[in-house]
Amino acid sequence: MLKFDKVSKRYPETGDVLRNVSFHLQHGEMAFLTGHSGAGKSTLLKLIAVIERCSRGQILLDGHNVNQAKESQIPYLRRKIGLIFQDYKLLQDRTVFDNVALPLLIAGYGHHEVPRRVRAALDKVGLLGKERKYPLALSGGEQQRVGIARAVVNKPPMILADEPTGNLDPELSAEIMHLFEQFQQVGVTVLIASHDISLINQMNYRVLKLDHGQLVAG
Amino acid sequence: MKIFRSLYDARDRKTPARPQRHHPKSKTATPARADGPKTRVLRGDFRDKLHAHLDLHAHAFFSSLGRLVDSPYTTIMTITVLAIAISLASVFYIAVANLQQLAGNLEASNQISLFLRDDISEASARKFAENIRGNPAVQEVKLITKNQALEEFQTFSGFGEAIKALEKNPLPIVIQVLPKNTLEDGLELEKLLNTFKQAVEVDFAQMDMQWIKRLQSIMELARRGSTVLSLLLGVAVLFVTGNTIRLELHKRREEVVIAKLVGATNSFIQRPFLYSGFWIGFFAGVAAWFIVAVMMLIVKQPIEELSGLYEGDFHMLFLSYSETAALLFISSLLSVLSAWAVLNYQLHKLKPE
Repeated sequence: MLKFDKVSKRYPETGDVLRNVSFHLQHGEMAFLTGHSGAGKSTLLKLIAVIERCSRGQILLDGHNVNQAKESQIPYLRRKIGLIFQDYKLLQDRTVFDNVALPLLIAGYGHHEVPRRVRAALDKVGLLGKERKYPLALSGGEQQRVGIARAVVNKPPMILADEPTGNLDPELSAEIMHLFEQFQQVGVTVLIASHDISLINQMNYRVLKLDHGQLVAG
Repeated sequence: MKIFRSLYDARDRKTPARPQRHHPKSKTATPARADGPKTRVLRGDFRDKLHAHLDLHAHAFFSSLGRLVDSPYTTIMTITVLAIAISLASVFYIAVANLQQLAGNLEASNQISLFLRDDISEASARKFAENIRGNPAVQEVKLITKNQALEEFQTFSGFGEAIKALEKNPLPIVIQVLPKNTLEDGLELEKLLNTFKQAVEVDFAQMDMQWIKRLQSIMELARRGSTVLSLLLGVAVLFVTGNTIRLELHKRREEVVIAKLVGATNSFIQRPFLYSGFWIGFFAGVAAWFIVAVMMLIVKQPIEELSGLYEGDFHMLFLSYSETAALLFISSLLSVLSAWAVLNYQLHKLKPE
């Protein structure tokens, strides 16, 4: 599903952020990406979502060479990935329904399909019945679940989460992780960047560890 | 925006029955994830896609309007500035069109006016006029006596009372000579004019053609001037709209970034902004039309009085239906174009993070 082959990323200002990173995530695999702050976790995720491009090496996503994607192809690549963020990145002036519906509208789903899928996604994250609320009226955990519903509503084959529990207490974090497990169980490839070691150790999944831009475990 | 939301809510309530009725096959044949849009397109069911696309356009069309209404002061200011620029260009256009019409009316006459010397009596003036009538190159001769001239002057000039105060009628006898149409070319006319100039009775001979020619070159100047000014004002419209759209994009940056992150194409992101551009241009066009109309109403009366003074039956031209349509079309088009240019540039620059 996702293959990194000797990937390096160099920023002109800070030098190498990632050095010779190689790994392979199978279809339906779940893995954690960990490491100290500044180890390159976020950069790695950005490379997958083509927010940044790698300086050397190859990234294959679902058989596509991400680095060679043209500017016009990037949106379609991103639709294969459900992105989840630490700060949720919800639109505060839109309802939960509209937030979750956004990827569907972008992908051109018709109005028969959109409400059905939005409700299905909200049902999965346990927020059915809160469609008309605005994000600010929800708790942090609920907001993150809206973010997750938005990421999965399009049924992407892969989920990328960048510190999804960074702003949540341990109990809520465990709930969110459990959600990710459920998606993995239905065949979605999940990659979660996190430095919450205790939480990661509770769960028995592959751990990719970055140290100063190099993959030291995984 | 609210309408759109409630639209979705309304559909939402109906959903249990609808999807099944609409895609019964996708339900039975492919239970899990294969009912995505791709499969449906492969099956040839473009209708839902097309509807979705039209929905998006309709949504962008109305939501962009809604956003303009949401920030009324900015919108009104922008539209006013644009309307003033567009109305100025339109007024130049109309002014030139009216002048052209005026010049068009005059073009036919290559009349020569002979102002006779003050000491020439009316009787000898008549004799002189008869002489001229005998000239084969002349088609028509008209004598305007001192009294006739005075009457005319009193009626039309508004200086009637002032004239009465004068002891003596200061106006000369005038003979208007209309040469035969065959004398189209300037040389022959010039010759005729010179014959008149040499006559003892004539104090001053003037060919109307000359000032028509002058008018025409002034007209040409006005036409070019107005074209240049209109182009400049058009550029101003481009920049004002472009800047408004840029600010709007900046205000909604977060939304744009999120849309990009969940796989929005640039055209999806651009769409509502392009519609904003359209609305701004369209409303500016409408406002400009009203500004022009008011300006025309204000000058209409004096112009018609002036036209009366010249015994002309001059009807002021206003924007025709097709010109009004062109005005709205051009202002909308300019705004959409500038919005498009700004968006293309800004969205290329804008990275999701």
